[in-house]
Amino acid sequence: MRALAVALALTGSLCGPALAETVTIHISNFTFAPAQITVKVGTTVTWTNDDDIPHSVIENAHKFHSTPLDTGNTFSMTFTDPGEVDYFCGFHAMMQGKIIVTQ
Amino acid sequence: MSDKDLDEAGTGRRHALECMIWAGTGVLWTVSGGVPKSLALLTAAEAATVGANDFTFLQISDSHIGFDKPANPHAIDTLQEAIDRIKALPVKPAFMLHTGDITHLSKPDQFDTAAQMIGSTGIDVHYVPGEHDIADEGLGAAYMQRYGKGTQGNGYYSYDQNGVHFVGLVNVAGMKAGGLGVLGPDQLTWLEADLKPLATSTPIVVFAHIPLWSIYPSWGWGTDDAAIALGFLKRFGSVTVLNGHIHQLMQKVEGNVTFHTARSTAFPQPAPGTAAAPGPMLVPADQLRGLLGITSVAYVQGNAELAITDTALADK
Repeated sequence: MRALAVALALTGSLCGPALAETVTIHISNFTFAPAQITVKVGTTVTWTNDDDIPHSVIENAHKFHSTPLDTGNTFSMTFTDPGEVDYFCGFHAMMQGKIIVTQ
Repeated sequence: MSDKDLDEAGTGRRHALECMIWAGTGVLWTVSGGVPKSLALLTAAEAATVGANDFTFLQISDSHIGFDKPANPHAIDTLQEAIDRIKALPVKPAFMLHTGDITHLSKPDQFDTAAQMIGSTGIDVHYVPGEHDIADEGLGAAYMQRYGKGTQGNGYYSYDQNGVHFVGLVNVAGMKAGGLGVLGPDQLTWLEADLKPLATSTPIVVFAHIPLWSIYPSWGWGTDDAAIALGFLKRFGSVTVLNGHIHQLMQKVEGNVTFHTARSTAFPQPAPGTAAAPGPMLVPADQLRGLLGITSVAYVQGNAELAITDTALADK
């Protein structure tokens, strides 16, 4: 996971202004992939549902939630504060993910 | 045992009770003598012997209005087939239960279509929500607006029919990350009080979307605090628990409690652990209607068990 985070950070720096970094999490086969990801403050994370059943993204304490994501639908959040964000799927609560937001 | 085997083996009541796994249209239940049995399978001779307090009811589940993916691009059509089958029943059921996932995405037009299609039967319907029915921006506000009248909390309630006590529970709201279905302390407190005045001889039928017994927790097929509810039910001589959610037939009998899941009318799901994930199961088109269906239950006064019969859309 550390290697992945480094790779993402590197990609960001190679692609010009690092502030507009975006990351995509694919929802596939009832899993968030990657299930854990480390991003810099200001990163926009986009979830894309690749399954043929709806999923959703609900922060564990319900600080934010998406509407149902049907096949091909996306949901985006920009993370402006450092910290850990844990979330799950409102349809299938066993599906869980984590975003670590760093300075 | 394949579904085909079941169909070829005949559809007698005893057979239906022995064979637990049918695929999903709807279930017509007859409660006669305390034994739920499925009405669709009653012969004319059996129907003629039904007593004054005996009755049948139907269970439909997981209609997923709005589903149009490859596992069944025409989920509206298969629901209509189920409804046509219900309208053609020789004995009109006292009412229907819908055990949730009425809609696929909790959209207003999907709820409207459900009301029109299911309402066309002219039969009273008692609903409980599935997780697909409370996925609107208000996380259940749309469901409660349509179905919440006369219910407690997030939609649970009870009623009586010919001496049988029916309890509709909600176990899809307030699920926690990593958790299974949940009833929650408020609903459990209500349930305990609701059951308290009843004699132990009262037949009880409990219905909820997610199974109240642990079928396959890693796929979310269970309810975390169901054991507390089942504890309240332990003293009763006849308890029937009807669920949906898993889009396939499954039955278990434990003491005085019979657990049964109904088929979907929309699409089948894999048997526990037979696929990487519990998504819609793609089957050859000519097999689909063998895996969708309805359930009927018959109550005969004096019998300890209700008779449950599952009928696939493909069944004659």
